[in-house]
Amino acid sequence: MNQVPERTFMQKYHLKGIGWTIIFILLLFLSSVMTEVNWGEFFSNLGQFFALLGRMANPDWQYTNIVVQPIIETIQMALLGTTLGTLVAVPFAFLAARNLVKSPLVRGGIRFFLNLVRTLPDLLLAALFVAIVGIGPTAGVWTLAVFSFGMISKLFYETVETIDSGPIEALQAAGANRVQIIAFAVVPQVVNNFVSYFLYTFEINVRASTVLGYLGAGGIGVFLQRSLSSFRYDQTAVIIIAILLVVVVIDGLSNILREKLL
Amino acid sequence: MMGKSQRRTLGGKYGWLFWALMLLFIYLWTITGLSFSGIQASAGEVTRSIINGLFHPDWAYVYDGSGEDLLSLILQTLAIAFLGTFVSAILSVPFAFWAARERRKNKMHWRSTSGKFTLVFIRTFPELVLAIMFIKAVGPGSFAGVLAVSIHSIGMLGKLFSEAVENMDRGVDEALTAAGGGRVDVLCLATLPTVMPEFLSFTLYRFEIAVRSASILGMVGAGGIGTPLLFAIQTRSWSRVGIILLGIIIMVTAIDWLSGTLRKKLV
Repeated sequence: MNQVPERTFMQKYHLKGIGWTIIFILLLFLSSVMTEVNWGEFFSNLGQFFALLGRMANPDWQYTNIVVQPIIETIQMALLGTTLGTLVAVPFAFLAARNLVKSPLVRGGIRFFLNLVRTLPDLLLAALFVAIVGIGPTAGVWTLAVFSFGMISKLFYETVETIDSGPIEALQAAGANRVQIIAFAVVPQVVNNFVSYFLYTFEINVRASTVLGYLGAGGIGVFLQRSLSSFRYDQTAVIIIAILLVVVVIDGLSNILREKLL
Repeated sequence: MMGKSQRRTLGGKYGWLFWALMLLFIYLWTITGLSFSGIQASAGEVTRSIINGLFHPDWAYVYDGSGEDLLSLILQTLAIAFLGTFVSAILSVPFAFWAARERRKNKMHWRSTSGKFTLVFIRTFPELVLAIMFIKAVGPGSFAGVLAVSIHSIGMLGKLFSEAVENMDRGVDEALTAAGGGRVDVLCLATLPTVMPEFLSFTLYRFEIAVRSASILGMVGAGGIGTPLLFAIQTRSWSRVGIILLGIIIMVTAIDWLSGTLRKKLV
C-alpha cells in the first residue's frame, strides 16, 4: 500500500513554474525595451546624481524662516481637505454598507462610483483642480477633499460592515426608523474607528499635500518647485528636512491618539 | 460602557470640553490661516468642459501608430511601474533584514532602529524630487521614472518586508540551525521560503500604487502618460483630457483587479 502518488506530466517537469518564469522574464525584457533602460548610462552618470546629493547635503539654513509659513499652510490644507472629504464620505459609507442597505443596485452603484474616484492619483486631481479653481491653496484643499473622500469612504463602509448586528435588531424590534437605527445602533459602534481612520487619512494627506504645490495647488510644494527650477538644491534640502520633521511629528501624534482610541 | 472607558483615556470628567475647545481652536486656526484666493470666474465653465470632454473623448488619440498615442503611453506607464517595482523589491530585501527587530526582547536595537529611520527617510523623500534628480542624471524619459519608482518604493516595501520578517514563524530557522545549518543555509532554505509568499503579495500591492505614481511622474518629464495629460490640461483640450482620464481609470482598475486576484491566490 506504500505507493508514491503518481505525478502528472505538468508536475513532473515543473511546467507551471517554468511557464511563469518565462512570462516574467519576457515581461521584464519588454518593459526594459519600452522604457529605454540603459544601465551603462545610469552608472556612468551616477556621479552627477551624487553631485546633486552632495549639494543637498549642505542645506541653506537661512531658508528655514521662509519655509515655516508654507509648511503651516500645508498642514492646514491637509486638515481642511481631510475634514471636507470625511464629511461627504460618511453618508456614502452608510449607503455602501452591506448590512444597512439591502438593495444591491444602490450599493453596487455607489461602490462603483467610489472605485472610480479611488483610481485617480493625487497629483492628477491637483492638475485638474488648478485648472478649475485657479492656482492657490484652494485647489489643494479640493484635491485633498476628493482624494480622502475616495479613501475614507472605503475604510468607513468596511468598518460599518463589521459591526455587531444585535443593537440594530433590537432597535428594529422596538420600531425605530432608519435614521434612529444609524444614530443609536451604528454610530456608537463605529465612532472610534472612524476617528482613527480620519487621523490615518490625515497622515497620508500631509504627505500628499507636500507635493501638490508643485502643480500650483498651494503649500510647501510651491517652494519645492521654485527651488528645483532655480537649481537651488541647498534650499530643496531644507524643504525636504522640514517635510520629514512635519511628517514624523504628525505621524507620532496621530499614532498616540489612535492608540488611545482603540 | 464605551463612553466611560473613553472618558477615562481622554482625561477627567470635563475631558470632552477640553477636546471640543481644542478642536474648535484647531479649525479656527485652519480656516483663518489659509489664504483663500477665491474661485476663479471660469470655474463652472471649465468643470462643464471637463465633464463634456469625459463624455466626448478624443477617440482618434487611442491609437494612431505614432508611438505617442494613448495605448503605447499607457503600456509605457505600466512598464515603468513593473520594472520599478521589480528592482525595488530586490533592493528592499536587504533593507528588510536591516530594519527587522530581532524578536521582542530588545526594543531599541541600534541596527533595527537605524534601518527603520532610513526607511522613513526614503518614504518621505518626495518621489517627484527623486524623479527630477534622476532626470538630471539620465535625461528626461521613462528610464528616470523607473529609477524614481525603484528607489521610492523601497521606503514602503522595506517596511512591509521587515514587518513580515519580524512576524514570521521562527520554527523552520531553529530546525535548520539545530540540524547544523550555517547562516547562509538558514537564510536561503528557511527564512526566504517562509516569507516569500508575503513578500510577493506586498510587491503586488506596491505595484498597484506604482502604477498610479507612474501615471503622474510624467508631469515632471519622467515618461509615461503624465506628460501628455499635463500638456492637454494646460492647452485646455478637454476631449484629450477626457480620453486620457478614461485610459488611466481603465488601466488602474484592471491592474487592481489582476493584482487582487493574484494576491488572493498567494496568501
